[in-house]
Amino acid sequence: MKPGRTLPYALVSPALALFALMVLLPLALTALLSFQRFSYDTGVQDGFTLSTYANMLGDSYYWEVFGRTAWIALLTTLLCVLIGAPEAYILSRMGAPWRSIFLLVILAPLLVSVVVRAFGWGLVLGPTGFVNQFLEWVGIGRVRMLYTPIAVVVALVHVMLPFMVIPVWTSLQKLDPQVENAALSLGASRFTVWRRVVLPQVTPGLLSGGLIVFALSASALAIPGLLGGRRIKMVATLIYDEYLHELNWPLGAAIALALLVVNLAVMLATNAVLEGNYRKRMG
Amino acid sequence: MSFLVLEGLSKSYGDVHALIDMNLAVERGEFVGLLGPSGCGKTTTLQALAGFVQATRGRIVLDGRDITDVPPNQRGLGIVFQSYALFPHMTVAQNVAFGLEMRQVSRSERERRVGRMLELVHLDELAARYPRELSGGQRQRVAVARALVIEPPMLLLDEPLSNLDAKLREAMQFELRRIQRKLGTTTLMVTHDQAEALSISDRVVVMHAGRVQQIDAPHRLYEHPQSRFISSFVGKTNLLRATVRGGQLELAPGLRVPLGNSGGAHAAEGSVVTVCLRPEKLAFADGAEGRLAVRVEERFFLGSQWLYRVSSALGELEVSCANDGRPPHPEQATAQLTWPDDVARVLPPEPDA
Repeated sequence: MKPGRTLPYALVSPALALFALMVLLPLALTALLSFQRFSYDTGVQDGFTLSTYANMLGDSYYWEVFGRTAWIALLTTLLCVLIGAPEAYILSRMGAPWRSIFLLVILAPLLVSVVVRAFGWGLVLGPTGFVNQFLEWVGIGRVRMLYTPIAVVVALVHVMLPFMVIPVWTSLQKLDPQVENAALSLGASRFTVWRRVVLPQVTPGLLSGGLIVFALSASALAIPGLLGGRRIKMVATLIYDEYLHELNWPLGAAIALALLVVNLAVMLATNAVLEGNYRKRMG
Repeated sequence: MSFLVLEGLSKSYGDVHALIDMNLAVERGEFVGLLGPSGCGKTTTLQALAGFVQATRGRIVLDGRDITDVPPNQRGLGIVFQSYALFPHMTVAQNVAFGLEMRQVSRSERERRVGRMLELVHLDELAARYPRELSGGQRQRVAVARALVIEPPMLLLDEPLSNLDAKLREAMQFELRRIQRKLGTTTLMVTHDQAEALSISDRVVVMHAGRVQQIDAPHRLYEHPQSRFISSFVGKTNLLRATVRGGQLELAPGLRVPLGNSGGAHAAEGSVVTVCLRPEKLAFADGAEGRLAVRVEERFFLGSQWLYRVSSALGELEVSCANDGRPPHPEQATAQLTWPDDVARVLPPEPDA
């Protein structure tokens, strides 16, 4: 056999082995688990059944949790776009020392554990936290935020923002600054320049950022667990409960796979839009 | 009053003076080249004219209207950028139509004008392509079409040909000039390439270190440079020292040329002046008695001509001769140089040199 043929395979094989061992194998085991029988008296049983999936799809409770997860993840993504895109634009326009400083400020939250940040938000949004003290001071009175979707969304946006800023910033870096001047010289207003010239060129960045934020938000565990409490169940916290409290492993596995399928569907759909509209033009 | 007037235009960045007291008057329909090395202030001038840079001092008056403080999107100038700055997400036709769209030109009128403009730059076949599918020369023509379709009072070209290869650059030079003549748009072109500036401009503004050095028609600029800098930046030159004696220039003992046409009439008797002798004005006196004995040090074949580096009593000189088919002078050979009486140019004394 020619060495030129085997060498590439030899070089990728360690990564491939790691991927198979750490991702594909657990995934396959989870899939197998989801088809096994379960009863509260005897635990997990051998055998094959689709009843777990049937029960899950037939129970409105699970639909509700999936629905809530979807809208919380969507809202988080939307807010990240609204905050992150202008943030990235401002960042790309900054001068030499400030750009690095603010980039660090944006990335800094990633250096702090999600658990710590979740407790931090708990303090800020709690009944006697800063926000409520302020609301009382201006005369609105206390608002219940902790253990509501508000707290979850606020904390998720905070955690996810860097994942939106970085791809958008990267696509802004590729922009020729003269292109904006060209649009101005042709009579476009600043807003029109942004809408017609800058935005279309950073859309691939927005889409990939949105994809990352959505996928991570939809499968987030710590933040909904700590700030959503027992009431605001999201899919990941539900899986956690099934595995560790109910000990219904097959159900937990089935929900996990359902989440994977939904996330995958969203990703492939977004990618199709990206391929169709932008690859051709932007290369 | 001229069509475009720059009055005492200056731009400073802190202590750095990018542009110092620029005065320029451009007539309607004129093609003016702004020529200079990088950092000479030519780009700053263009940016101030376009409105992307706010001048520190001075005024810009276009067609009788003071536009010094008008924002760039209300100046209505057509600009061709060095990078072309095409909109990568729009087709050629959409790129060209953008300026008309901003002016709320109706769709049918827009299509008509875009079509006519693309025809003018020979791109009508490629209207539906995206910029990344075009060659450098084609992108450049899209940029020109996009700037001209809005029928701007003035066209600004920022190093428009610097990203093209040599062959294409030459073709585009004449193409630009043809389009400009046809439409009669007053044009200002910034360039660092002297050949480009000389070949297509009506007048050339030479800039150096933020200041205007000379404003003249291309051949006058070449034949009568007003400073050392221009004589060496525009074309090649041999700079010599000479002493004014009895109405003649003495380059060396026994070597004199008439002062007559040299532009040194004002020079006082006995003063030392700098003289510029263009390499192509010098010739080998084959057989005949020449003015100066030289020895050929090196020679370079440039196709249409030979470039010689020779040593002489006046120091090292450059001589260029048309390649007329005769065998060239070999290296290390001795020869006699000659030149007509009226080709030496006396440069004015440098203010602070």
